[in-house]
Amino acid sequence: MTTLTDPPKEQFRLSMLLYDTRYRSATIQVIALIGFMLLAAWIISNTIQNLEALGKPVEFGFFGESASYDINQRLLEYDSRDSHLRAAFIGLLNTLVVAVLGCITATIVGVMVGVLRLSNNWLIARIMTVYVEMFRNVPVLLWIVLAMAILIEGLPAPNAFRGENPTASMDLFNSVAVTNRGVYIPEFLFSRSLGDVHLFGASSLRFDISLDLIAFLIVLGGSIFSMRKVSAWAAAKQESTGDRPKTWHIQLGILFVPLIILMAALGFHLGYPELKGFNFKGGTHMRNSLIALWLALSLYTAAFIAEIVRAGILAISKGQTEAASALGLRPGRTMRLVILPQALRVIIPPMISNYLNLTKNSSLAIAVGYMDITGTLGGITMNQTGRELECVLLLMLVYLCISLSISAVMNWYNNSVKLVER
Amino acid sequence: MSDVSFVRTEMLPEQAPPASEVGLIGWAKHNLFSGWFNSILTLVSLYAIWYVLSGVLPWTFQSVWNANSLTECREIMMATWGSTHGHACWAVINDRWLQLLFGFYPSHLYWRPILALVLLLVALAPVLYSDRVPSKLLIFTAIYPFLMPFLMWGGTIWGPISAALGFVIGWGVYSALSKQLSELIGMIGSAVAALIWWLLLSSYFVGALDSILPIGIEAVQSRQFGGFMLAILLGVVAIGVSLPIGVVLALGRQSDLLIVKYMCVGFIEFIRGVPLITLLFVASLLLNLFLPPGTNFDIILRVMIMMTLFSAAYMAEVIRGGLAALPRGQYEGADSLGLNYWQAQRLIIMPQALKISIPGIVSTFIGIFKDTVLVSIIGLFDVLGLANAIRADTAWNGIYWELFAFIGALFFVVCFSMSRYSMYLERKLQTGHR
Repeated sequence: MTTLTDPPKEQFRLSMLLYDTRYRSATIQVIALIGFMLLAAWIISNTIQNLEALGKPVEFGFFGESASYDINQRLLEYDSRDSHLRAAFIGLLNTLVVAVLGCITATIVGVMVGVLRLSNNWLIARIMTVYVEMFRNVPVLLWIVLAMAILIEGLPAPNAFRGENPTASMDLFNSVAVTNRGVYIPEFLFSRSLGDVHLFGASSLRFDISLDLIAFLIVLGGSIFSMRKVSAWAAAKQESTGDRPKTWHIQLGILFVPLIILMAALGFHLGYPELKGFNFKGGTHMRNSLIALWLALSLYTAAFIAEIVRAGILAISKGQTEAASALGLRPGRTMRLVILPQALRVIIPPMISNYLNLTKNSSLAIAVGYMDITGTLGGITMNQTGRELECVLLLMLVYLCISLSISAVMNWYNNSVKLVER
Repeated sequence: MSDVSFVRTEMLPEQAPPASEVGLIGWAKHNLFSGWFNSILTLVSLYAIWYVLSGVLPWTFQSVWNANSLTECREIMMATWGSTHGHACWAVINDRWLQLLFGFYPSHLYWRPILALVLLLVALAPVLYSDRVPSKLLIFTAIYPFLMPFLMWGGTIWGPISAALGFVIGWGVYSALSKQLSELIGMIGSAVAALIWWLLLSSYFVGALDSILPIGIEAVQSRQFGGFMLAILLGVVAIGVSLPIGVVLALGRQSDLLIVKYMCVGFIEFIRGVPLITLLFVASLLLNLFLPPGTNFDIILRVMIMMTLFSAAYMAEVIRGGLAALPRGQYEGADSLGLNYWQAQRLIIMPQALKISIPGIVSTFIGIFKDTVLVSIIGLFDVLGLANAIRADTAWNGIYWELFAFIGALFFVVCFSMSRYSMYLERKLQTGHR
């Protein structure tokens, strides 16, 4: 009878930490971790020593102090007696404003340019190539500063609009004034306004929401919901009978009639800018800094988006276009029904990173004096309080949060549109 | 039955295509006026081109080249063409171009940055055109990183030599230890030895040799650096150093070692999530706080460090894309040949992954080169900072198109040639069957 004995149990030896692949990875990780912790501890202890020498312990109390500087372009009310926290909040909103405006404009321009670059028209394709290469190969900061210089030096001063023979005149039926102090556009006014809701009392994050806007959004949402119902009904009818009833006039009616009724009920009218004294009064004033930043960022990013769109369309094989033509689809419908849905899958991920880049590039606002979060928290607040460490770290944290939330939202969208394979 | 059928026995001569299908007319018909929409587009673009050129061409060529101030420029324009609009005043470039290119670098030493640039091209040649340039030049490429700071900053020659010695010592320790003990210990030992050399011993070495044998050239302070030279300097350093760091970070992110992986992910995502300008704030305000009390090293070096870290994070993501695009079989093939991790990376994985990621790598290069203008925000006098200073000068107050056109052209030339080179490289390395 043979007995089976276990092979002799291998003794753990210290050298196995180095030579045995089972243990070596653990060794490397422990060494890396120790190295990392040593580095971190070294930096932190240095920082504490340096701050002690400077007499500046880390604390965030300065946020409650009065900011005592003005922010000229803002969404919410703010004055110089408000706290630094409030100033940072206003700055954050300004960042978001320019990022949203920029992303929308860049997408529209970029998609148009990208499609036109593939046009059969030789001339237009070349012009778009020139546009793309010109904007892609020159730093965005240069475009921003140039746009600002053009707006300040190239546009007429408000007093050019005055007098018997003004050298400048307002555009678009006397409603928009383009001056070297900014652009004045008509503002929306309601004579029977529903008023505002005040949120967060008197704290630094207080803000007002216009009930008119809420009512508008509710009605708009209701209209869109009903339009969906109508098209679902039309689709059901097409399924059962074969013809699709014409619904566009009903759809238009559903969309606009309730809105027009609501506007009339609220007494909607436009407040036009008017020249009073040395400057324009009334209307919404968009400062040069905002416009320069918005224009430069969106034209710059549009050049990148155009390349992405072009690459996305080119990535769809020619057979798809040919098959669509064989089915008798017109070029426009081929694009809309066959090419774009497939191209989107290629386009969206790099598009997300371009939106992120635009948002991060909006921090260059500081070069033209637009008070975004970098200009407030990382600019004047930091210079006034002398708290570099706190301000810069918070600034980074804010941008990190913005970036992570944009990429989370866009990834969610990307997952919802991507083709499900296997 | 009479034979009425006719069978042609010879071919008809080929006829010329209709006049509307060939030549200029045919080309225009197909490419410019193929439908009503295209025709409108063509007309609109022709008008746009005419509009732009009719403004730009007279502006560029009917211009003033010699004047000392904008007012003088305008007087000359008034006298010559009777209007001050639509004429460029290139006199500002004529007056300040040396400053825009070199900043406040001492003018009798301009040959040094120029020589550094020429040598840079020589050092790059064996890398960029590996098929046409003898590979022996690679030795010069290895020397260049130590030669360049010597030329730019000047000072004693022993500084760069001792920096290079650090690498030699590290390599020596590695080859000794990895033969005797293990590769891992060799790597750790070489890093420790090199760090000890650089941080503790090299200053004594430099001081001693400098007092015995003072060889050197005139030193230039960092604050005298500026202009387009600064952009090239920052760009070259950030590009050159970030590529190897990026490769390491990408490998770390792809690795099975959990702690290493999460450290790399954290670093990459943090850097990519914040704008470069905040990192430059760190360079100008915080970096000195993070270092031992009393260290104060110069702002250009601090900016270089932050820009390198910034581009390394982007580079890592690009290279990770290349690594992810490689089929699994390549890794398994390397394993089945019995190659260890570093051999597999060096011989099988990296050459292919880098080839796939060339377009991304080059666009990261272009991006980081363009981003060097951001240093003007933290007060360095790069080309944009100098342009702002010139615009604030009373003599040239009010000038902007000429300056920005000049700066834009400088950047355009460099970035456009980089992107064209990447296309050439892609075509050269194209091995796919398409």
